[in-house]
Amino acid sequence: MSSSIATPISSQANALHRKHAAAQVARSARRTSSSGIWVGVFAITMSFAAFTSALVVREGTTDWSHLVLPPILYVNTAFILASSATLEIARRFLRVSIEPRKAGAWVGLTLLLGVAFCFGQYRGWLDLRAQGIYLATNPNSSFFYVLTFMHALHVLAGLVALAYLAYRLSGSKKNFRWGIFANAAIYWHFMAVLWVYLLLLCRAEL
Amino acid sequence: MQEGSVQEAHVHAPPEGFIRKYVFSLDHKVIGKQYYALALVAVFTGMILSWLMRLHMVWPNSKIPLLEMFSKNGAPGGVMTPEYYLSLLTMHGTLMVFFVLTNAPFAAFGNYFLPIQIGAEDMAFPRFNMMSFWTTFAAWVVLMLAFFIPDGPPIAGWTEYTPLSAVGKDAGPGMAWGASLWGISIAIFCVASLLGALNFIATTLDLRAKGMTLMRMPLCTWAWFVTSCIALLAFAVLFPACILLILDRHAGTSFFIPSGLVISDRLQPHAGGSPLLWQHLFWFFGHPEVYIAILPSMGIVSHILVNSMRKPLLSAKVVIYSMMSIGFLSYMVWGHHMFVSGMNPMSSLAFSFPTLTITIPATVLTLIWLGSLYGANIQTNSASLFALGFISMFVAGGVSGFFLAQPSIDIYLHATYFVVGHFHLVMGVASLFGVFAGTYFWFPKMTGRMMSETLGKLHFWITFVGAYCIFMPFHYLGLIGNVRRYQSFVDDFMAPYIGWHKFVTFAALITGAGQFLFLFNLIYSRFKGKPAPENPWNATSLEWSIPSPPPWNNFGGKHPIVYHDPYQYGVNGSKGDFVMQDSPEQVVPASGD
Repeated sequence: MSSSIATPISSQANALHRKHAAAQVARSARRTSSSGIWVGVFAITMSFAAFTSALVVREGTTDWSHLVLPPILYVNTAFILASSATLEIARRFLRVSIEPRKAGAWVGLTLLLGVAFCFGQYRGWLDLRAQGIYLATNPNSSFFYVLTFMHALHVLAGLVALAYLAYRLSGSKKNFRWGIFANAAIYWHFMAVLWVYLLLLCRAEL
Repeated sequence: MQEGSVQEAHVHAPPEGFIRKYVFSLDHKVIGKQYYALALVAVFTGMILSWLMRLHMVWPNSKIPLLEMFSKNGAPGGVMTPEYYLSLLTMHGTLMVFFVLTNAPFAAFGNYFLPIQIGAEDMAFPRFNMMSFWTTFAAWVVLMLAFFIPDGPPIAGWTEYTPLSAVGKDAGPGMAWGASLWGISIAIFCVASLLGALNFIATTLDLRAKGMTLMRMPLCTWAWFVTSCIALLAFAVLFPACILLILDRHAGTSFFIPSGLVISDRLQPHAGGSPLLWQHLFWFFGHPEVYIAILPSMGIVSHILVNSMRKPLLSAKVVIYSMMSIGFLSYMVWGHHMFVSGMNPMSSLAFSFPTLTITIPATVLTLIWLGSLYGANIQTNSASLFALGFISMFVAGGVSGFFLAQPSIDIYLHATYFVVGHFHLVMGVASLFGVFAGTYFWFPKMTGRMMSETLGKLHFWITFVGAYCIFMPFHYLGLIGNVRRYQSFVDDFMAPYIGWHKFVTFAALITGAGQFLFLFNLIYSRFKGKPAPENPWNATSLEWSIPSPPPWNNFGGKHPIVYHDPYQYGVNGSKGDFVMQDSPEQVVPASGD
């Protein structure tokens, strides 16, 4: 096996070589595995597919009224989509050069928006309760509460991951590992996509 | 994919202290043994339950000693009530399918050997792994609690069909807290299995050693990998089903309960649900589950047979593709459990086609095993005997499946003993034969000692003959109309055939007693067995290149390099008629092919 030794012929070529090498190191440092998180995303998708099929394929009697979704759900949608945007802005501060403090601030904002989403969802449940619509009131409401609750449960797990990420970013540059950011980001974006899907499903079927 | 990614396993320091070493261990080997121990307890419990069932079935009015002490409501005066028979039946099925057949071949052996066979130091997520086992253990504890509550375990069968399982105590004894404990236990089990499957998949994709391409993995590793893919999707569906069931039982929802249902003369306060929905959700999990039970044993048996035959299978690639096809097709056939449920007959047809199709890869596998065995000079030992026995049991149980796959025949045979004979042979016994084969094969590696060959062979013959004596008559009994899940038939049209049932009961008791030979062999050999060499079977895969038992980090900090596939047998190797997978020596075929 032969090895090639680069011999730059000028200092300019040297500098260029160093820049490429640095970019390559940055890329290889990002070559961590996300298999685990994708497998997890796949499993959660399958679970919600089961809930969806339970909803779509139900054969019970259909003499219950259409469920009007509380308007705050749309505000919550804006929150969670905004949180995905802020997470991507955080990624910008980690792309070529690692600036953990700035990235950490944007991750913190993502976390706050996520918390706002959860509070908003709770507000939505309270709104329904004020109308006398509880978990067992009718099959429509049962599905609504189950779907939104299960989603919120997974969002809570995502908040824990974001909190851990923010903590890691508050440390030094050397402490930072790409895997934590990449995997937390995949999971968080998945939560947003899943919410949009559930919102559309509830609008269509309930 | 040429090799694994640059990801290192999240390696942990060597364990210190009793708790870290043997209780809350991060070591996949300890976790594998813990799963095995749990499966061992569950299988003996399930076996004793089956003895109780069989005794009651042929002597319904007999007093069974100690049973009243165990359950006053279930066996007043020692005589089992019909409802308690159903409780025992439910727990037998639940324990066996979940805690034995999912745990032993998949979680136990897979956890122990998958990382070693791919050349890794541990699983990808050792902490998740530890959580997986202890969550499974928690699920088992919750399930076993059902025995000790006054009302007893649920009577709805391991399939817990709605609406009876969803309405609560009106459905009968054990259907109040017993059924709730079942639902909670299985929900916990789902979470544990999902974590385990995730670990297996991530480990297989990411942590393979240099040179270990996917196609160079041993067949049992492939089986564990395909099984974990199936398990990931299957348990992800059972979990929501259990959640919905628990909500129906405790939160007043009506996912599975229709309106106007009257049970025990009481109108149930529910409306709008669909009982058939549970069957769809359950069997969407339930059918892949039976392939989760059998695939690892197929892999283990293939692995052991190659070693015993001293020559590779006709085509390892075809075996791998067949296992993948079985995994894929297993998701299309769930409706064949529901042919008589009242669903559209066109749906029955749609499910019947893939059911018959899935017999193709299963047959291909069988033909490859048999074809490879042709002309082979097989070394018989306990492991290879059980591996051969696996093929026998799998075929014997599998052929009855061809009949059940056709709706017209299944209408008659559904819920008869024909089905009971089918699934016990093809899933229960065959899978356990794979576990036994794996135990005899890998015991030297896991403990550094050999098991007794004499006891092993005796165990094999008792189990092999006994299993046929127990389950073959069931096919005939089913054909003449013997219904399943009935606690007794002494007074009805089956009365002339009670002699058959008595024969089966005796066979069950004797075969079960034979399993204590195995248990004795296991425990005695662990402490007093002959010390085992590093590679007692002259085998080639990576687990045989490390000491017996392996050190905490498997390869002693080294990273093995793999040069070829793991089935180089019948060649002129430096150590004999084989070349180990991590040996760079050139492979020269012994015969001119």
